[in-house]
Amino acid sequence: MKLTINEVEHDLDIDTRTSLLDVCRDHLGLTGSKKGCDHGQCGACTMLVNGRRINSCLTLAVMHEGDVITTIEGLGNPDDLHPMQEAFLHHDGFQCGYCTPGQIVSAVGMLSEVADGWPSHVSADVKNGTSLSGDEIRERMSGNICRCSAYPNIVDAIETASAKMKETA
Amino acid sequence: MRPFEYTRASDVAEAGRLTGRFIAGGTNLLDLMKLEVETPAKLVDITRLPLRDIEATDDGGLRIGALVSNSDLAADSRIRNDYEVLSRAVLAGASGQLRNKATTGGNLLQRTRCGYFYETSQPCNKRDPGSGCGAIGGFNRIHAILGVSEHCIATHPSDMAVAMRALDAKVETQKADGSTRILALDDFYRLPGDTPDVENALEAGELITGVRLPKPVSGSHRYRKVRDRASYAFALISVAAVVRMDGGTIADARLALGGMAPMPWRDTAVEKALIGQEPSMATFEKAADILLADAKGQGENDFKIPLARRTLKAVLADATKGA
Ligand SMILES: Cc1cc2nc3c(=O)[nH]c(=O)nc-3n(C[C@H](O)[C@H](O)[C@H](O)COP(=O)(O)OP(=O)(O)OC[C@H]3O[C@@H](n4cnc5c(N)ncnc54)[C@H](O)[C@@H]3O)c2cc1C
Ligand code: SF4
Ligand code: FES
Ligand code: FES
Repeated sequence: MKLTINEVEHDLDIDTRTSLLDVCRDHLGLTGSKKGCDHGQCGACTMLVNGRRINSCLTLAVMHEGDVITTIEGLGNPDDLHPMQEAFLHHDGFQCGYCTPGQIVSAVGMLSEVADGWPSHVSADVKNGTSLSGDEIRERMSGNICRCSAYPNIVDAIETASAKMKETA
Repeated sequence: MRPFEYTRASDVAEAGRLTGRFIAGGTNLLDLMKLEVETPAKLVDITRLPLRDIEATDDGGLRIGALVSNSDLAADSRIRNDYEVLSRAVLAGASGQLRNKATTGGNLLQRTRCGYFYETSQPCNKRDPGSGCGAIGGFNRIHAILGVSEHCIATHPSDMAVAMRALDAKVETQKADGSTRILALDDFYRLPGDTPDVENALEAGELITGVRLPKPVSGSHRYRKVRDRASYAFALISVAAVVRMDGGTIADARLALGGMAPMPWRDTAVEKALIGQEPSMATFEKAADILLADAKGQGENDFKIPLARRTLKAVLADATKGA
């Protein structure tokens, strides 16, 4: 089967049981995405599939032929950081760093959901969109658990990156 | 995980004849397959089927394709404007990542979060019929207070289905032989009785193709979910309500509850007791009395009885105020 990850097409011969996360980590050397729980409970494995964030541990690689997959490695690299990566560094949005790739990819996916006008559980008015507040960020990012509880700085980083991405958009 | 054969269904008519377990978002099925609670020999990937649209129906309602993601459902402008309770319920469930993957059909069919069901070393009549129920007399804080049997006390964990029940949604299916049928949610779900492994009316190879919503119901739409943390947790109790006021009295009330029973729970006697009445705490108490008349705790979950009462009253007070 073929998988397109970070704009590179890979030819793979894998067991049908292999999750998208395991393909990246164990077969393609893309170890940026982390495995926290392997059951959809922590968000450390978050990737973008066709621009939307998902838990890569709870999906089979074979189901993603033809999809556009982006991992943390595809967002930016040390010489050319994505604004979200930059903001996490600037705000110290981590301690141990294990949840960080998932937080960053999730935050990028989350901002495009907001840009598309999606409401959230804390939106006072689901009918007419909302703007990005601290409460909105916390709710929308609840699928990413940080065991070091770096949450305040994560929220700051997302606010900064969001403003920067709007400027440059 | 046990090995399995993988096939992709390419058209709706063919899907049921491929004789395997359907996989959509995979967020529940793969979770359970990793634990070997589910051990299908063959998976039929239905994600390429053309069931991703939300369309208007002839009777003024909507038809939601079985593969519409929970995110797309909650964000759809028709759902947000005309069926707000459904948008709210979906947004109260799971996380952003999971809702992007979870589908309408898969959400209806997600299985209980009972810890004994998940742990294959433990007895569980739902997973392994006849092995007993670990939760009765065991850890049962999240379990049901209505609709249970001596064989199983598990709850249905969906938020989406609770709102759909309040809205009189119907499930549209196609059997393996190609014939189709439409089932109201209360005919679709089955109470455990002495076969807790049978959770719904689906036959082998029967595919959910969509969910039909009747024409919009006006009134205040509310979804209130009580849980152990403010986000990303299953409901202990939830209430979906659509309440319409006419002058000072309640003209219409539709109520369904989650976290309480083996299926999204609706009791029309509760609604009848409210319609035509002026909103007051006494009226709401009476409604809660009717709702909970047969409720029974199992020990750890006894708190759900007063919690359901308080949540129902709070939702009714909120939905009827200033109308
Ligand atoms: C950590 C976590 C937290 C969660 N929190 C919540 C929550 O708070 N509230 C909530 O409501 N849910 C919650 N969920 C559950 C989530 O909503 C479900 O996993 C999801 O809706 C299932 O949809 P799916 O498309 O991924 O189903 P799948 O996993 O693909 O399938 C589930 C079942 O449905 C069958 N199936 C799927 N589609 C069809 C079809 N069209 N026809 C016939 N059979 C079909 C499959 O064979 C399987 O048996 C949570 C899940 C996780 C992992
Ligand atoms: S409550 Fe139901 S699902 Fe849980 S152990 Fe008992 S039989 Fe199994
Ligand atoms: S590893 Fe995927 S959600 Fe935890
Ligand atoms: S930084 Fe350690 S888990 Fe988040």
